[in-house]
Amino acid sequence: MGHHQHIEVTSTKPYEFTRKNRMIAGVMIIIGLIAIISQFATHHTQTWSNLLMNNFMFMGMALCATFFLAVQYVAEVGWSAVIKRPVEAMGQALPVAGVIMILIIAFGGQSLYHWMAPGITTPGAENYDSIIAGKSAFLNPAFFWIRIVAFFTIWTYFVKLFRKNSLLSDEGDGVVYWKKNRGAAAKFLVLFAITESIMSWDFIMSIDAHWYSTLFAWYTFAGMFITSIAALIFTITYLKSKGYLQEVTEHHLHDIGKFMFAFSIFWTYLWFCQFMLIWYANIPEEVTYFMLRQDHYRGWWLGSFFINFIAPFVILMTRDAKRKLYLLMYMSIVIFIGHWIDTFVMVIPGSMLTAGHHAAEAGAHHGNALSLGSVGLMEIGTTLGFIGLFMYLVQHHLSKAPLIAKNHPLLEESLHHAI
Amino acid sequence: MSAAEKKFVYGIFNDDEVVLNAIGTLRSQGLKVKDVISPFPIHGLDHELGLARTRISICAFLYGMTGLSLALLMIYYMNIFDWPMDIGGKPSFAFYKNLPAFIPVTFESTVLCAAHGMVITFLLRSKILPGVEPHVIHPRMSDDHFVMTIQVKDDTDITKVESLVKAAGAVEFKS
Repeated sequence: MGHHQHIEVTSTKPYEFTRKNRMIAGVMIIIGLIAIISQFATHHTQTWSNLLMNNFMFMGMALCATFFLAVQYVAEVGWSAVIKRPVEAMGQALPVAGVIMILIIAFGGQSLYHWMAPGITTPGAENYDSIIAGKSAFLNPAFFWIRIVAFFTIWTYFVKLFRKNSLLSDEGDGVVYWKKNRGAAAKFLVLFAITESIMSWDFIMSIDAHWYSTLFAWYTFAGMFITSIAALIFTITYLKSKGYLQEVTEHHLHDIGKFMFAFSIFWTYLWFCQFMLIWYANIPEEVTYFMLRQDHYRGWWLGSFFINFIAPFVILMTRDAKRKLYLLMYMSIVIFIGHWIDTFVMVIPGSMLTAGHHAAEAGAHHGNALSLGSVGLMEIGTTLGFIGLFMYLVQHHLSKAPLIAKNHPLLEESLHHAI
Repeated sequence: MSAAEKKFVYGIFNDDEVVLNAIGTLRSQGLKVKDVISPFPIHGLDHELGLARTRISICAFLYGMTGLSLALLMIYYMNIFDWPMDIGGKPSFAFYKNLPAFIPVTFESTVLCAAHGMVITFLLRSKILPGVEPHVIHPRMSDDHFVMTIQVKDDTDITKVESLVKAAGAVEFKS
């Protein structure tokens, strides 16, 4: 094993975004649009839930990729220098996800969030809800909008800043721009901790407005982070299969595989903590959340637990499994599906309940406020659309810069990474 | 085979890169490099020495399963069989229905047994138990030096081995 051998960087060119790949991504986006429009025509409220859920995953992948990138800077990580560009490219999807999110909530907010209904906090109103009124200091539309616009502004600013400095480093002095990014990354991580927590309450937890869980922000973060790592593995596998990024060896894969394995266990830990404390205490206003999921979404609810815990635990446990490119890719798909189901279980039961409330108020179902979500062609189509959009954006940004940041000060360490 | 039947000589190095590169060099010159004793883990050393993968992970699994079974058995006896407990206001008294409450204890017991089992196995296997006379080849081998163990036969020319080992970068030689 030659330890001072020189390793030639071959990925000096940007990724070539071929016509065929543009077509595939475009067709997927069109399938998504068709699914959204046709579902909107028949099941108005379910479409908004569906859009929120898919866009939340889409946003989470981009946001956590940026989080991962920031961690690499702050912790001065060497091994990951060769995968920096794919991570960066994933983060670039964040502004688009932000715009879509704002549009979804602007037009469908009242179908998703029970607490957004007019008059719900006005004493004496027909739909007055004293619990929501008690939370209105935080959960009111004006403050909600200020928060989410501020979050997307902060995130977009950092995503663009990291990218700008990274691209400048290709031309100039790598150390100077790396240090600039490290400083920015430290600020980003502090802001991320705050914004991610509040964002998870705003977008997801407030759907079940009466219910709350102090663990929710962590739990949401863990889910988003593994989805992001899974998307990263998929991207790297694809790039390697096309002859790019030959610098990424099984040693790098082993490290990314460890992230996927470890965060799957971490997600399970949080899932179980949240469940067990609520199950044990058995307080009515807390258990409603799980009662709804247990009684009406049992297969999905338990299925997500098994897919996201047992599958990675058993399959990714051994050292060899984490070093095999195609096994990792296969697992990244399994984990994506698992977390899609998890997000489904987080969003749909609550938002369909909101839909039920509206239907009951409109007099459509007298005395029956329970309406249930399901998974059909429309849901899958919408997800395909979002995957197509993500694929398009990632490939677009990969094609804008060389696949290896050649002036990265820790690149040499990364090329020689061996574990 | 006891250690007395095998004869070893030792090359002492003061750099991890040098010792790592010396393994291949000396083996190509016909020496039987058996092991390298290092104060810290050297990346790629196992691969270079051609050592088989450690079986401690299999031990860990078995110890973990033992801990898991013991914990479940203990809880079953205590909280279901001997003194049925009403857990969380849900008087089901069924083991599988109360399982969520037992998971933390089971997890801790699994970790406890796996970790202690691994450490004890390692100590036994490495013969570094309290009271055992330590086999110190070089006083600095647990500080900043690296000891390479080379197996020789009774009729091997030790001076030739010494010159080869020193040429490969050893700072000292011990036979």
